[in-house]
Amino acid sequence: MRRLTWFNTTALTFGFAFLYLPVVILVVYSFNSSRLVTVWAGFSTKWYFELLQNQLFIDAAWVTLRVAAISSTIATILGTMAAYVLVRSARFYGRTLFSGMIYAPLVMPEVITGLSLLLLFIGIGLDRGLVTIILAHTTFSMCFVSVVVSSRLANFDRSLEEAALDLGCTPFHAFCLVTLPNIAPAVIAGWLLAFSLSLDDLVIASFTAGPSATTLPIRIWSSVRLGVSPEINALSTLLIAMVSIGVITAALISKRNLLRQN
Amino acid sequence: MVDPWNDPDAKPLISFQNVTKSFGSFLAVDNLSLDIFEKEFFALLGPSGCGKTTLLRMLAGFEAPTSGSILLANRDITPIPPNKRTVNMMFQSYALFPHLSVYDNIAFGLRRQKMPKAQLASRVDEMLTLTRLERFANRRPHQISGGQRQRVALARSLAKAPKLLLLDEPMGALDKKLRQETQFELVDIQEKTGTTFVIVTHDQEEAMTVATRVGVMNEGQLVQVEAPDVIYENPNSTYVASFLGQINLIEGRATPTASGIDLVWAEGQPRLHCKTDVVFSSGQRCHLAIRPEKIMIHAEEPESRNKVCGTVLDIAYLGNISTYHVELISGHVIKAQTTNDRRISRRSFTWDDSVWLSWTDTAAVALAN
Repeated sequence: MRRLTWFNTTALTFGFAFLYLPVVILVVYSFNSSRLVTVWAGFSTKWYFELLQNQLFIDAAWVTLRVAAISSTIATILGTMAAYVLVRSARFYGRTLFSGMIYAPLVMPEVITGLSLLLLFIGIGLDRGLVTIILAHTTFSMCFVSVVVSSRLANFDRSLEEAALDLGCTPFHAFCLVTLPNIAPAVIAGWLLAFSLSLDDLVIASFTAGPSATTLPIRIWSSVRLGVSPEINALSTLLIAMVSIGVITAALISKRNLLRQN
Repeated sequence: MVDPWNDPDAKPLISFQNVTKSFGSFLAVDNLSLDIFEKEFFALLGPSGCGKTTLLRMLAGFEAPTSGSILLANRDITPIPPNKRTVNMMFQSYALFPHLSVYDNIAFGLRRQKMPKAQLASRVDEMLTLTRLERFANRRPHQISGGQRQRVALARSLAKAPKLLLLDEPMGALDKKLRQETQFELVDIQEKTGTTFVIVTHDQEEAMTVATRVGVMNEGQLVQVEAPDVIYENPNSTYVASFLGQINLIEGRATPTASGIDLVWAEGQPRLHCKTDVVFSSGQRCHLAIRPEKIMIHAEEPESRNKVCGTVLDIAYLGNISTYHVELISGHVIKAQTTNDRRISRRSFTWDDSVWLSWTDTAAVALAN
């Protein structure tokens, strides 16, 4: 292995400092005993306990998790179905248009997506709350899932499905027994992507959330406007921990799969 | 024993009846009719894009004919989906399921038909033995070699004991030596299991090695369907003659004689004689087709009714045989083959030598088209 030169070391240090210094400061100050965010007054975990007492945050966290879990699951099912049809089906009239349209929300400004959904919900008289956030998140994360899954499907040998049919499977069984196990990594990755997109979405949620349901990012945003409290730092630290654990687990799983395959 | 295709009372296992398949404006199969009999090893041979794979995929059920019908054991199978057909296919890419072991790949079809456990295990073991894969039962497809994968694909498609097995270029991915060994194995397995095989290939040697009958295809139509030796010795057209092996084609005008034709083929050259049962009219344009191995090379003018003189233009030395390209005075280049039964240093002819070529009256085939 080549040793790092002083230039590489410096570049690496600055690069990572740029990326992680703000996060590190946030994590460190979440253990600050002072109420003032910028003055260090000793180590303490009291803000974490106080956070657990804060019913508003706990309610919001619960809403966020439910929204993320439900919307990412629906988005994964719909997105996989869309990808399957667009990659697999015989040419039908307007297929290019459809596959273009499914990717459009990727580049659509979130404000516009949020606004149009808001207008739709008002138009059909749907009260804003948990259901509308779930619908909105499903809408915008579905196309991410379908992008991930369709790239995997495009590389997937179609004769595998034909072989399954040939050996007596119905098309549905062929999908479940042969296609799905082989595209599973992409489907899981799509689900994780949709879950994390839903978890940290602020813009679309703020258009579609109502008084009955508020997500964590909205709650954080609105409380920060009244001044940053150490509780927010504690909450953010917990979120970072959660995301890190998720990412590391996903990496470990894929690495183990890779090792097993070789 | 009479071959079933020559027996008017024999019932075909498969019968294509005026089958046409078009993709948009492209005609892949053009009003084709063909009977294939039980226990046959039938080879569909043709260049890529001639419709042979489409024909196979219609038998498997992945494509539906645009018009016409396909009968399997006297039953129209056109509306039956692939999973309900007693036909199995071995894919060109093998299409092994990467997430399943060799054992589970072979058991896949049997599990779908809900075969009892004990019976299933013995059937899979039987297939593993047949294809000599016992040691690899627990491996995944990516952990075995190309030749072994090919045998897994074969075992998997034979496991359900289909009436008909379809093979799409089954040896395309193997190197030449392995391919030759596998061809004989395939014939062995076909005889052991008594299954009817239909193979698609563009390799004429492969078709001739394995098949009981060969169907040569061109542009969606069958040009000739015959046993390999008949198709080689008596091609019905210049297309078939030049597709299978090497051939010399000499164009000219026919003069009917008592036993065949005389061919006027070049200015100032003596006529060539050919025995044939086909009736040609006087002055009809036709081709003489002569295989290079049926042409003899001489240093001196031979005693023969068919002889031409020329110079050696090129020699292709293939080890066991040599092909001499001889340019005639008329400008024709004729290929003649000799077996190298002597050491190459004792070869009688070399470049630019003047030589005589001769062949018998029965060596050539007269072709009207």
